[in-house]
Amino acid sequence: MNCCEFNFLVGFAATVAGFLGSLTGLGGGIVVTPVLTLLFGVDMRYAIGATLVSVIATSSGAAAAYVREGISNIRVGMFLEIATTTGAILGATLATMIPTSALAVVFGLVLLYSAYVSSRPQPSAPGGDDGDPLARRLRMNSSYPTAQGPRSYVVHRVKTGFGLMFGAGALSGLLGIGSGALKVIAMDQAMGLPFKVSTTTSNFMIGVTAAASAGVYLNRGYIDPPLAMPVMLGVLVGSLVGARLLPRLRTRILRLVFGLVVVVLAVEMLYHGFTGRM
Amino acid sequence: MAGGEQRWTDEQIEVLVGTLLRSGVVLSAGVVLLGGAIYLLHYAGAAPDYRVFKGEPSDLRSVPGIVTGLFSLHGRSVIQFGLLLLIATPIARVAFSAVAFFLQRDHTYVWVTLIVLTILLWSLIGSGSAL
Repeated sequence: MNCCEFNFLVGFAATVAGFLGSLTGLGGGIVVTPVLTLLFGVDMRYAIGATLVSVIATSSGAAAAYVREGISNIRVGMFLEIATTTGAILGATLATMIPTSALAVVFGLVLLYSAYVSSRPQPSAPGGDDGDPLARRLRMNSSYPTAQGPRSYVVHRVKTGFGLMFGAGALSGLLGIGSGALKVIAMDQAMGLPFKVSTTTSNFMIGVTAAASAGVYLNRGYIDPPLAMPVMLGVLVGSLVGARLLPRLRTRILRLVFGLVVVVLAVEMLYHGFTGRM
Repeated sequence: MAGGEQRWTDEQIEVLVGTLLRSGVVLSAGVVLLGGAIYLLHYAGAAPDYRVFKGEPSDLRSVPGIVTGLFSLHGRSVIQFGLLLLIATPIARVAFSAVAFFLQRDHTYVWVTLIVLTILLWSLIGSGSAL
C-alpha cells in the first residue's frame, strides 16, 4: 500500500465514521481510533492524536450552528470547563505513561457504555424546586427558546456536576475522545438541565476540552500530520453531510446498526487489550 | 458600541462567536488540505509505518517549531500549522468570551474564563517542558 492509497482509505473510513457519528449523535471520533488501530494497524498513540484533532473540528463546526439559536448555557459551560480542562490534562498526561494495552481495555469499556447510553430513551430532567443555591450565586439559572416562547430552568447539584466533569475530561484526555455521552449525563441527570441545553452546552465544551488535551498530545509528538490530515478532513466532511441529512432521515435503524458496530469494536478492543496485542 | 455606553447583548456576542468558530474551522481545513496536497505530491512513495510509535520530530511538536517550519513549505509542516489553527479555534473562543463577560461587567465569569484560558495556554505552550 503506498502512501496515497493509505491516505485515501483512511480518509474514506473517517468520512463514513463522521457521517454515522453525526446521524446517531455518538460522534465520529469514538469509532475512528478503533478503526485506525484494528483495521489499519496504527499504533494507538498516533490514532488517539489524529482522532482528537477531528473531535475539535466537528465540535467547533457544530457549535458554530448552535450558538445562534441561543440554547447553550455559556455560564454553566465555562464554569465546568475548569473541571474538564484540568481533567483532560491529567488524562492526557496519564495516557503517555500507561501501556497501550491498558488504554485499549479502558477504550473498550467506554465504547460499550456509550452504546448503552445511546440506546436508552432520553431521561427527562427533574425540576420544580429552586435548584442549587450555588447555581443562583453563579447566575447559572437561565432560559431557552422553545416554540411556545422562552422556558426558564434552574440548575441543580453544581458540585456533583463539577466532579463528574472532571472525570469526563480525564477520560477525554486519556482516550482522545469527546466523551459527549458522559458530559450530557452529568448536566442532564446530576444538574437537571433540559436535554436540549445539555446537548448543545456539551458540544461547546467538547471542543475546549479536546483543545486542552491536544496541547499535551502535540507537545508529546502524538499528532502526526499525514495521518491526522485525512482523519480530520474526513470526519469533518462526513459529519457536516450527516448534520444536513439528519432532519430528513429516519435514524432508528441506523442507530441500531451503528450501536452494533460500536459493540463489535468494543469487544475487539477489549480482546486486543487483554491479550496484549495492542 | 456608540459612545461606549451601549452594552453588548448576548445575541450579538453569539453571532460573533458563531462566525469566529466557522472561520477557524474553514481556515484550518483549507490549510490542512493545502498541506496534504503538497505532502502527497512529494511523498507518493511507500506508506509511512504507524505500527511502531516513534513520536514526531521536535519541529512538529512545539508552537514555535511549527510556525518556523511553515516557511519551509514542507507538506508536513503546513498540515501541522493547519492543525495548530484548529486547536487555537476553541482557545480563541474562550478568549473572546473573557472579553464579552468583561464588556457585560460580569466579573465572576471574567475570572472563571481567565482560569480556563490559562489552563488551555499552559497545555499548548508549557506542557512540553514541564511534564
